[in-house]
Amino acid sequence: MSRAIRWLMPHPLLTLILAVVWVLLQNDVTAGMVVFGIILGILIPWGTSIWWPDTPQGFRMGKMVSYSVIVIWDIIVANIQVAWIVLTVPNSKLKPEWIVVPLELKQPEAITMLAGTITLTPGTVSADLSDEGHSLLVHVLHTDDPDGARDEIKSRYERRLLEIFA
Amino acid sequence: MMLETVATYAAGISLLIGSGFVLVGVIGLLKFNDPMTRLHAPTKVGTIGIGMLLLASMLSALAAGDPSIHELLIMAFLFVTAPVSAHFIAKVNIHRQDCVTPPSPPRDDTWSTLKSPDAEPDPK
Repeated sequence: MSRAIRWLMPHPLLTLILAVVWVLLQNDVTAGMVVFGIILGILIPWGTSIWWPDTPQGFRMGKMVSYSVIVIWDIIVANIQVAWIVLTVPNSKLKPEWIVVPLELKQPEAITMLAGTITLTPGTVSADLSDEGHSLLVHVLHTDDPDGARDEIKSRYERRLLEIFA
Repeated sequence: MMLETVATYAAGISLLIGSGFVLVGVIGLLKFNDPMTRLHAPTKVGTIGIGMLLLASMLSALAAGDPSIHELLIMAFLFVTAPVSAHFIAKVNIHRQDCVTPPSPPRDDTWSTLKSPDAEPDPK
């Protein structure tokens, strides 16, 4: 039975996301649309599963929800900080800085999520990955303490992502 | 009646906050003089500015008695695509050497943008 479900739904989360996106696209929550969304959610991952060889193992949904809340809160707080920097700090006093974040994450999905989080959080943009994927290059708009900024990224986001993709 | 009034006012306030953040983003884009710092301004607008404008859209649809959830999807697509474009603009900046050369990574040879396809090691 579980093998049948696994064959039918190689990526259960993708199935769920596709169904939700379909319902949102219709802008109308009716039983028919939900059923059709689930059908699409089963057919699309099944048809494209050949391009998705590795399902991320051990993805923790509960931790992901609390991570999302923290990230959204950080986006709001940091937006105000960056707006303040844009309006008050003159160009000559701005201290942009490259920082290098050594990565403990191994999975490409997790690194993508960390890079996306860093870019969405105002004041930092992830610029590049090293050739072997062991470090992430981040550009900071204005900082007096590059090491502190690096440690904050590591302790605040990477540590949580390590738990999510355990 | 009461709910509609509250939703209309809330939509107005979100519009003001959202457009304020978009304005700050544009000021940043015009003010900064280095390609990398200039990149910071639009990525910020994409998150809170557009988010508040979409929230206003949802609230006014609610006030009009025709709830809409399309905006959540716009937000989700924006959150997924904005970092990718910012990442590529940053890579172009590094490649064209329009910015301060980044420090070399501690463990690996070089950054993937600077890696040449030839076997010879990078001159840096």
